[in-house]
Amino acid sequence: MTDCRRPTASGKDRYNRASGALLDDPDNAFLDEACVNSSLLLAAIPATAFATFSLPLLVQRCGRAAATLAAATVMATCLALLLPLAPAAFAGHSEVARLAWLPGYGLDLSLRLDGLGLLFCLLILGIGLLVVLYAFYYLPTSDRLGRFYSILLLFMAAMLGIVLSENLLLLLIFWELTSVSSFLLVAYRSDKYESRIGARMALAVTGGGGLALFAGIVLLGHIAGSFELTVILAAGEQIRAHALYAPALILILIGAFTKSAQFPFHFWLPSAMAAPTPVSAYLHSATMVKAGVFLLARLYPALGSSDLWFWMVGGSGAMTLVYAAATALFRNDIKGLLAYSTISHLGLITLLFGLDTPLSVVAGIFHIINHAIFKASLFMAAGVIDHECGTRDMRRVNGMFRVMPITATLAIIAAGSMAGVPLLNGFLSKEMFFAETISYPQFEPLGWALPLFATIAGMLAVAYSSRFIHDVFFNGEPIDLPRQPHEPPRWMRAPIELLVLLCLLVGIFPGWTVGPLLAAAAGATLQAPLPDFHLALWHGFNKPLLMSTLALAGGVLIYALRRPLFAWQAHLPPLHPRTAFERFYRALAAGARRTLAVLDNGSLQRYSALLVSFIVLLGGWAFVSGPSADVRLPGQPADEAAVGALLVLLLGALGATALYRERLLAVILVSVVGLVVTLIFIRLSAPDLALTQLAVEMGTIILLLLVLYYLPPRSAPRSSARRLSRDLLLALLAGGGLGLVTLQMLASPFETMSGFYLQQSLPGGGGANVVNVILVDFRGFDTLGEITVLAMVGLAAHALLDRLVLLAPQHDADGRPWAAEAHPLFLSMLMRPLLPLSLTVSVYLFLRGHNVPGGGFVAGLITSVALVMQYLANGIAFAQPRMPRHAVRLLALGLFLAAGIGLTSWLFGRPFLTSAHGHVQLPLIGDLELASAMVFDLGVYVVVVTVVLTVLAGLGSLSLRARSQIEEV
Amino acid sequence: MNAHAPILPILIPFAAALLQMATDRLAFQRIVGLLTTALLVVVTAWLVLLADDGVLRVYALGDWPAPFGIVLVVDRLAAGMTLLTAVLGFLALLYASAGFDARGRHFHPLFQFQLVGLSGAFLTGDLFNLFVFFEVMLLASYALLAHGGGLARTRAGISYVVLNLVGSALFLIALGLLYGTLGTLNLADLASRLPLAGHDQALARLAFALLIAVFVLKAGLLPLSFWLPPTYTAAGAPVAALFAIMTKVGIVAILRVQAIALTPAIPDLLDRWLTTLALATVVFAALGVLAAARLRALAAWLVLLSAATLLITPAQASAPVDAAALYYLVQSTLAGAAFFLLAGVIADQRGGASDYFKAGPQPAIWVKIAFLILATTVAGLPPFSGFVGKLMLLTTLRAVSSGTAIWVAIWVVLLASSFIVMIALARDGCLLIWEHEALAGQPPAEGIAWQRATATLLLVAAGPLLALFARPLADYAERAANQLHTPGAYVAGVLAPTAAKNGGEEAR
Repeated sequence: MTDCRRPTASGKDRYNRASGALLDDPDNAFLDEACVNSSLLLAAIPATAFATFSLPLLVQRCGRAAATLAAATVMATCLALLLPLAPAAFAGHSEVARLAWLPGYGLDLSLRLDGLGLLFCLLILGIGLLVVLYAFYYLPTSDRLGRFYSILLLFMAAMLGIVLSENLLLLLIFWELTSVSSFLLVAYRSDKYESRIGARMALAVTGGGGLALFAGIVLLGHIAGSFELTVILAAGEQIRAHALYAPALILILIGAFTKSAQFPFHFWLPSAMAAPTPVSAYLHSATMVKAGVFLLARLYPALGSSDLWFWMVGGSGAMTLVYAAATALFRNDIKGLLAYSTISHLGLITLLFGLDTPLSVVAGIFHIINHAIFKASLFMAAGVIDHECGTRDMRRVNGMFRVMPITATLAIIAAGSMAGVPLLNGFLSKEMFFAETISYPQFEPLGWALPLFATIAGMLAVAYSSRFIHDVFFNGEPIDLPRQPHEPPRWMRAPIELLVLLCLLVGIFPGWTVGPLLAAAAGATLQAPLPDFHLALWHGFNKPLLMSTLALAGGVLIYALRRPLFAWQAHLPPLHPRTAFERFYRALAAGARRTLAVLDNGSLQRYSALLVSFIVLLGGWAFVSGPSADVRLPGQPADEAAVGALLVLLLGALGATALYRERLLAVILVSVVGLVVTLIFIRLSAPDLALTQLAVEMGTIILLLLVLYYLPPRSAPRSSARRLSRDLLLALLAGGGLGLVTLQMLASPFETMSGFYLQQSLPGGGGANVVNVILVDFRGFDTLGEITVLAMVGLAAHALLDRLVLLAPQHDADGRPWAAEAHPLFLSMLMRPLLPLSLTVSVYLFLRGHNVPGGGFVAGLITSVALVMQYLANGIAFAQPRMPRHAVRLLALGLFLAAGIGLTSWLFGRPFLTSAHGHVQLPLIGDLELASAMVFDLGVYVVVVTVVLTVLAGLGSLSLRARSQIEEV
Repeated sequence: MNAHAPILPILIPFAAALLQMATDRLAFQRIVGLLTTALLVVVTAWLVLLADDGVLRVYALGDWPAPFGIVLVVDRLAAGMTLLTAVLGFLALLYASAGFDARGRHFHPLFQFQLVGLSGAFLTGDLFNLFVFFEVMLLASYALLAHGGGLARTRAGISYVVLNLVGSALFLIALGLLYGTLGTLNLADLASRLPLAGHDQALARLAFALLIAVFVLKAGLLPLSFWLPPTYTAAGAPVAALFAIMTKVGIVAILRVQAIALTPAIPDLLDRWLTTLALATVVFAALGVLAAARLRALAAWLVLLSAATLLITPAQASAPVDAAALYYLVQSTLAGAAFFLLAGVIADQRGGASDYFKAGPQPAIWVKIAFLILATTVAGLPPFSGFVGKLMLLTTLRAVSSGTAIWVAIWVVLLASSFIVMIALARDGCLLIWEHEALAGQPPAEGIAWQRATATLLLVAAGPLLALFARPLADYAERAANQLHTPGAYVAGVLAPTAAKNGGEEAR
């Protein structure tokens, strides 16, 4: 990390040296000042871009010009920051800056500037500045431009990030950021359907490719042991020898091909032309689509030089080159033609990288530069035509040379470069391409095939360029244009002029103009000494020149024969990627809906059946797959009483299941089950449980009966026999399995901590009734939780039944009206005197609870039952007004008692709920053992009583409302 | 106070609920709720700082030592989860305080009780006590789900309650079997007894399997996930936002039981089936994302998707994977919650079109930007926390998988689900945000109350912030996972006081 040498521009490892500066490491005393400065400068480029991208949005209230100026200033600032770093990059030095972000996972903010990065930075910022100027004139004056420029700057920042990343994960982040920001740019006219769908398609393809790239990069990082380019680029041998090389390469290539619109992922680019033309000029010719080929160049030393690379990269590039060139010829939309031409040229660049020789890589880089220059100017020219004519249809836009001669001349020169006409930059890189196909070593037996292929591709390029020139600028008069075209404003044309000038300069004086930059970029790409090449217009009469001549002649010939070709093309089935994409998405969504409908029919019965099946399967598997699954059954004898009770229990349970339609009967049978369980508790010497069970049983049965009244008179239709047998099987498996497992458990050696409770109950808890001491002391926290649950039942009942109006049926299921006499006199006579008696019993049970069976819970239940009986016997109208109000406050009081006494232990430095107990002498009563837990128990009592009363009161007022409703009717 | 710190996350909301039950005045309830929840955030943050020294804090309720009494155990994981609960609770409550809380009765105490249940479930070291807190959560969540009324809520509520009651019964059965087999329900005590001979191993396996079944029911594992999307869709926005952490309770419980009890003694119990079903659930949730007809439904499916993603991790039984999972858990919970709140805001602004994916009035610009950020976050696209989480999961899962086929399957499913979410959100977002259509006879979009806007924006901001400060969070997650994966220290920390006491008494 402390390695910070200035470059020594000599020696074999000239391109392998990287200087690093760890920005967040203050202890690093070895950094020399120049190095820190350049690291800071490097970090400042993307930092500035990201920090200021929203500037145009902020200043747009000052006018369109202010927004434009802000955008241009941001770009110019980045450029100014870049320039001091350029000399080192030209010298073959790689500047690296690091800032730790998430080092544990290899993700760091590390940046790198070398020749390749510099080239792309210049393209991004240079063409960016021109696009900013152009867009000011292109976009309608009603557009305040703040949003446009801000998204454009965001995109530019992301693009700079890609080309300046040293860390591949960081590169991926910027990569996907360009996908997202280009989504916003393509959908800039968001009210238009074409824009939105084009944007979605671009996002789906490039974003999806980004996910593949994500996987590929993670694999590559694993193979190389680092995500830092410096490490990865030096580990080419190791990477190519690794078992995961092929998957990593394929995934990364998917990412690169989607971004650079390579076959078979090319279809998104033409649809993305729905974007405003400045966006097309910027993203879809000069920058974003170049990110894919940039990645190929960047990772070439690590991934290239293998057969797989050759076949995949070369194959896809060749395919794209010819297919897209042929398609471009038939496009009627100017931007459509340019889009396919872009795809074709990207294919050419890809093919050059695929050819996998040092010289072909140089040619690829060279063509990246040339294509960016001429294609950006062509898109801008197309935008001018669109802007002036109101249409881009070449069947209508004709004869523009007379209307706008200057623009026409510029566009013709640029198109000439696109076709590979001498004196223009496109010619030079195309010559290099032709030369490479001839000298390609691997194709010995078919040495003629590749040059022939290249020549055909060249012909097609000439043909579509000819069509563009001839159709738009000549070819008779314009047909039915929406607007009357003339030359664009002076400054709208300026960017085109500048770019076309570059075409000429590079084309005529390549060595002086582009030579050093190309050498720096190619050197950084290859990470090795450059091959011997020299840029010149004239290389003598040789095979490439012959191929160029053939391509020019053939291309013009193809264009001359266009009529039969167009007629033939008209018979081909039309391709509409846009509609195909939407259809694909809709089919996907419809498929998802259908699958979900099959899986999930909304039936609770099915959910329950699945749950039970899952439990049976998982439990069964866990039980059987274990090491020891020997089945034991306990050999305890059963007496007649027990057998009889169990038979009653079984009958009750089976009866309730079978007769669930007869609700009243079913409820009574369920209560039989509860009562038998009570008896079992008594038999097994658990009086506390028996008391509680009995009281719970009474309370719930009464409440259930009250609720039954509101159920619809008819129950749901009978289930099919198939479902019944399914459910029966599940019930047998689950119930039978659980029974067997319980038996097994009871037969196992059994040793629990119960002994501790028995031993500690009196000395530690101050009570002889272990069950109660467990409830209020040992596990008082559980009880506090449970009474909280109870209190919430009260709250929920209060909230849910409040203002709820249910239709009360006036007849039972068989159509018999309910009895008019609601409250039998005999019952109410009996119940009134019974109330004080029951209350006394509950107080008694409460007080003794700590030592003998009883306690707050049981006492609360008994009080509740007594009060419920008052409702039943005397009616709501009588009982309701006599019950305590402010039930919610009572609930809070109960919880407060229980938790509050628990909190007092804090005063004594003990944890929450620590109990205290002692003996108190009271007059008349005598010695009384009191435990603080009794207050806790009182809380339990209050909550239990209040909850039952709340539910009852809720149901009661429900029926009052129902009755008043009936009376209204 | 230091000594009582572990129980404060339970007692603070509990006290707030009691105060709120004492009066019916909404303004008072709101102030109490917001103040105490803010206090809860501070206290839990303090608890996180305390816990980060790596010392296990054991709080013995009633001063009864483990395993006889109930203990709360604060480690980094538990403290972190209570902080997450508190932050989420505060923001959801802030959102709800702009009028949602007035749509029914007792919203505020029920909300606080829900926080009690969540905190308790994360803190307790006793499985029966965990059951109790599950019940507290279930009851509170049912009442909160029904808050505001309506047919959809009632219908979803029935499935929710019935299935979860079956789950509760199953929980009790599992606990009964565990107690009958191993004689204890304290997690540390269980872990210390499991490796010893003398108990029926098949029964112990069965009991733990049933316990895990309860947890995966809460987390929504296929085939037990059908209740989840309709329930979360039906719930009101702030309630659904709070529910975003409910699925995570099950996941944290699995992680804990797996690391402390299962890995040392029954390492194969989660083998294969959990990962397979979790992957199937991811696919299922991705289908739901495609099929969703409105934004809250989509958010509900996204919650299921993130839970399913997390369910891939426990079976790997690895500290690095769990560290990644914890980061992912935090970020996906906040993002999921943000989605529900944002869906509520969008529904408010679009009048009759609500949050359905159809043309309607356009929402405000800040809502559009928030949507963009959030969509990028949940789709796992850079540069926000969703991407960081996915990166961490992918790298660690590859490194620990026993076979190539497993991690390849996991990668394919996770990346494909990202793709589906991305194209679905692009399409649905276009409809919600851009496809403008003024609805005839509709009042213009209403302004959004500042509480709603603030809560939503803060939650949305979590995506960028958690990415920016990924390192501190990831480091904490790593320390938490390492602590979780030293079961010996956990067992010793919980049981040591008992052992010391016994030793002391014997000496006397």
